[in-house]
Amino acid sequence: MSNLMLAGVLLMLLALAYQLGLTRSRKLTTDLSGQKVRLHSRPVYHGALVAFWTVVPAFGVFLLWRFIQPGVINQMIIAQLPEAIMAGMTDSDMRVFLRRITHLSSGFGLSDQPQPHELQAAELLSVLQVRGHALMLALMASLAAAGLYFSWQQIHPDLRARNQMERVVKVALIACSSVAILTTIGIVLSMFGEAMRFFAFVNPMDFFFGTTWNPRFQTAGTEGQTGFGMLPLLWGTVMIALIALLVAIPVGLMAAIYMSEYAPSRVRSVAKPIIEVLAGIPTIVYGFFALITVGPFLSSFGATFGLDIRATSALTAGVVMGIMIIPFISSLSDDIITQVPRSLRDGSLGLGATQSETIRKVVLPAALPGIVGAILLAASRAIGETMIVVLAAGNSPVLTANPFEAVSTMTVTIVNQLTGDLDFASPQSLVAFALGLTLFVITLLLNVIALVIVRKYREQYE
Amino acid sequence: MKTVKLSSERLGVSNKQPSGKIKMSARDVKVFYGESEALHGIDMDIYENEVIAFIGPSGCGKSTFLRCLNRMNDTIDVAKVTGQVLLDEQDIYDPSLDVVQLRARVGMVFQKPNPFPKSIYENIAYGPRLHGLVETRREMDEVVESSLRRAGLWEEVKDRLDAPGTGLSGGQQQRLCIARAIAVSPEVILMDEPCSALDPIATSIIEELIDELKGSYTLVIVTHNMQQAARVSDKTAFFHLGNLIELNKTDEIFTNPQDKKTEDYITGRFG
Amino acid sequence: MKISTVNPQDKTALAQQRDLMQQRVAQSLAKRHAKEKRFKLTGQLAVGTALAFVAILFISIFSKGLPAFWQATLTLDIYFDPDIILIDEKPVQAAGESDATFQERYQAWQMDLAFINFNGLILNALAEVIPEAAAHPRDAMRLVTSGERIALRNLVEEDPSIIGSRKRLNLLADANVDVWIKGNIDRDLADSRQQLSARTRGWVDQLVEQGVIKNRFSTALFMNADSRSSLASAGLAGAFMGSLMMMLIVMFLAVPLGVASAIYLEEFAPKNKLTDLIEVNINNLAAVPSIVFGLLGASVFILWFKLPLSAPVVGGLVLSLMTLPTVIIATRSTLKAIPPSIRSAALGIGASKVQSVFHHVLPLAIPGILTGSILGIAQALGETAPLLLIGMSSFVASVPSSPFDQSTALPVQIYLWQGNELRNFFEARTSAAIIVLLTMMISLNALAIWLRRHFENRW
Ligand SMILES: Nc1ncnc2c1ncn2[C@@H]1O[C@H](COP(=O)(O)OP(=O)(O)O)[C@@H](O)[C@H]1O
Ligand SMILES: [Mg+2]
Repeated sequence: MSNLMLAGVLLMLLALAYQLGLTRSRKLTTDLSGQKVRLHSRPVYHGALVAFWTVVPAFGVFLLWRFIQPGVINQMIIAQLPEAIMAGMTDSDMRVFLRRITHLSSGFGLSDQPQPHELQAAELLSVLQVRGHALMLALMASLAAAGLYFSWQQIHPDLRARNQMERVVKVALIACSSVAILTTIGIVLSMFGEAMRFFAFVNPMDFFFGTTWNPRFQTAGTEGQTGFGMLPLLWGTVMIALIALLVAIPVGLMAAIYMSEYAPSRVRSVAKPIIEVLAGIPTIVYGFFALITVGPFLSSFGATFGLDIRATSALTAGVVMGIMIIPFISSLSDDIITQVPRSLRDGSLGLGATQSETIRKVVLPAALPGIVGAILLAASRAIGETMIVVLAAGNSPVLTANPFEAVSTMTVTIVNQLTGDLDFASPQSLVAFALGLTLFVITLLLNVIALVIVRKYREQYE
Repeated sequence: MKTVKLSSERLGVSNKQPSGKIKMSARDVKVFYGESEALHGIDMDIYENEVIAFIGPSGCGKSTFLRCLNRMNDTIDVAKVTGQVLLDEQDIYDPSLDVVQLRARVGMVFQKPNPFPKSIYENIAYGPRLHGLVETRREMDEVVESSLRRAGLWEEVKDRLDAPGTGLSGGQQQRLCIARAIAVSPEVILMDEPCSALDPIATSIIEELIDELKGSYTLVIVTHNMQQAARVSDKTAFFHLGNLIELNKTDEIFTNPQDKKTEDYITGRFG
Repeated sequence: MKISTVNPQDKTALAQQRDLMQQRVAQSLAKRHAKEKRFKLTGQLAVGTALAFVAILFISIFSKGLPAFWQATLTLDIYFDPDIILIDEKPVQAAGESDATFQERYQAWQMDLAFINFNGLILNALAEVIPEAAAHPRDAMRLVTSGERIALRNLVEEDPSIIGSRKRLNLLADANVDVWIKGNIDRDLADSRQQLSARTRGWVDQLVEQGVIKNRFSTALFMNADSRSSLASAGLAGAFMGSLMMMLIVMFLAVPLGVASAIYLEEFAPKNKLTDLIEVNINNLAAVPSIVFGLLGASVFILWFKLPLSAPVVGGLVLSLMTLPTVIIATRSTLKAIPPSIRSAALGIGASKVQSVFHHVLPLAIPGILTGSILGIAQALGETAPLLLIGMSSFVASVPSSPFDQSTALPVQIYLWQGNELRNFFEARTSAAIIVLLTMMISLNALAIWLRRHFENRW
């Protein structure tokens, strides 16, 4: 039976079971003497419950079977291969062999003459596949039948079919919510696991406090790996993020102030969405923009002042990243500034303060915690940003305080170490996970602090 | 409009014996919120150093009129004011008059106490510092102390001037706001239901304070509480549906209202 | 005069004090108003700067990218010369022949076809417009991009009856020809630094004059997969397909999961510490750098589950996990905005909690959920970094036909192209790819905005 047919049958079964449950429960609404009986649950729920028990376990078996059967069958075929043939087979031979017998048994055929043992195995494969399929169908059928029978039998005026069905729905919902949690756990565990493997090669102290990043020139030994000092990368990350904030805070904050306090609503309704466009632009586009437009501009701009600015430098990446996070700062600050109660503004204006005095001396101090939170969120964005720095920071992992020089960051290094040959056994690849873990922890801390601050701030004015 | 005329006539009646210099006056003041007209042409004279109370059912335009007196309506985008408001015979809506200066002369206290999220000291010092009223720290200390004293708050807070103003009780906060307004030595103080958010004890303290301030300041107080109006004010103005119905000496209004609506209101038949 | 120590009852002193104060206020005014103006101006400047950034970004990309949608193309009469195309009949599967045998035979035929000198056809056609081309085949063949002989081969493979006929075809010019025509290389550069020989350059100018070479709308950009051997025919089809598959996975995975989680958290979850923790967890997950999701994908999907590298299925899974918190947060805020009265009304007429949510609350939330989901998908569409870590940055020259095939994605294609050595050509082509990506994202966003406007606040 093909999958499509199976799906069709299951669907039909679903409808049938539903109908059966529905009919039976409807019948129950009048008892033998023709009296009306009140059902605990409406017939649709009885129908749904019967349908659920009929189809879902059978479908579960189907999924499980699909997952397990190929492996089991392969094992069985390999187990019956003659010793002599087994002996000469490498791993890749085995894969070729399995593919050949699959072709044979599916009727696709081989272009050369099959070996006798291949023919035999192919025959066994077809037999096993047919048997396995039949077994699966039998199991599914009996499960469906049992489910149908028992749940159908159970139908009774007092059966709390609705409650049972709702419990099923709730369990499904909980299962869905657990995915987000599992993702977090997955991130932490997988990165922690791989990072631990990395620390088997490299001393954590050397990693966290080392000042040279140069992991390429290695002798292949497992002991005493050097050149894995993270500090140049961390510094590059921090420097670029600082430059970004230096660009984004004044522009974003003043824009937010102007939009929330001064701008006529018409200007606001046009300018705000346009600025927010900046938040939706993919970072690869910013990276390209930095590389093609901003970098050369800064470089020639610097040249007119006798400054030696590299086209790909911390400055280029920082400025463009700053442009990227302007909308984060401006829209978050805008929200926060508008939350400052009107009564405070009135109090200040009523004393004869000008609008800017009111903003600078009352509104901004009152909004300060929220704005700090917004800036921290933006900073965590900047620290975790990848594509801009990959393209525009110059990828040179050295400790330098000069923003006109090329630098490298943690994210760039993660990309560099994990593209190309993926060899998860070498420290050169595994270091990406140690860096990722560090990055995760830093951004997590920033976010938690920011969220706590913002939450406190909101409560203050609720 | 008929009511307007009526009220102007009454004004004439009540002004038979002028009690002093006119501090502020309104001539045909109308306020529009967008399309809708909230005040239908108010005429009123407010005399120097008297306490005048505005009463009337809620939504009748008391606050709106009060805000006209120091142009706080300017801060509401949709609000538009027509007519004339004079302060010492000078039109306060005249472009030559600076609104900053106006508000320094006509201070305001709001319904809900709104101390700034700063220290008590900084709350008081806020106005004088803005306007450049003092030059030295010692002068500022004196301004803070005397303002707090006049607001009757000094004894309660003198040991914690650095504590946040928002940490005070509601009544204390409102007195802090009054002290904050006093600190810039205004000539007129507008109070919009200053006690409505306070408990009875705090209310009576504020009422005492208003009594203290009487004589040094021209006070305009909106209240929904007629006993309060009767207790603290020299004159009372009754507003109804955006019109000034009646303005008279407080004891006259409460004992011998000229208008049927006023009588109905003060006897509690509506409002 | 001191201003604060006046006895409030002393009327004249009070009046004097007020006068003094008024003077001081008046003195401060000019400076304060100037400050006010400056402050407002700074605000305007900030808004202007932000708007200018948007403008510069778009102008820079569009001015570079738009010309790339039109590509130098030669219109030539190709004669499918039977003397050059020497090939057997196209094989047909005989009755009783196994699939494997037929495939073998067909592949052998294809191999024969591959050995045929299709360049010869092009060269002959070129010689008709430039007589001296035959004498300088090397220079002549630099005119047409190398991929076009494959295009000719495909024509023959599809329909061998074409052999012996003449056909007027549009052939893409070589990338360097395109660069030369569009002036993307300095025409005065020394010969040694030019990409094309002096002779070829002369021919190009001549052909442009004759109208043989024209800028035509580049279908290659949309119909072809990436190419390294024939740069002028590199296209976005493979990347587009990869992105499409991934977006479908996100749509069918992240959206239902996210909506279900949000419903549970907002409507059913007991308000306790655990729910709080989940909430914090989701908020943080939304702010985790995207590259961390790439690391998760590399270690869990590739390393543990042994899913294939560079496959859209892995990319789709990674992007789904990344989009999940966005969908959850958007759905929750939509659900929050639905007035509790609707729930209590439903509960009041005897509906159960589940009924009230699914029959009454959810239908009202659908526009909001759609909006949030579309925005989430748009965000996933533009994401690059995590895809690099699951091998999607490798060069793939074919359009993937299943989610398990090797593939790239639109943003990754942009990343690959921007790094191409032929900068003069690929700067424009990358910008064009960015325009395509931005157009898709803007359309998605516009759809979301339209939905929000259209269904706003119906209660
Ligand atoms: N900011 C505003 N926008 C629009 N209408 C307003 C605004 N403030 C007050 N109003 C309207 O103006 C009228 C008078 O209001 P208000 O002066 O606050 O009355 P009161 O203080 O006497 O209760 C009311 O009908 C009110 O709805
Ligand atoms: Mg009021």
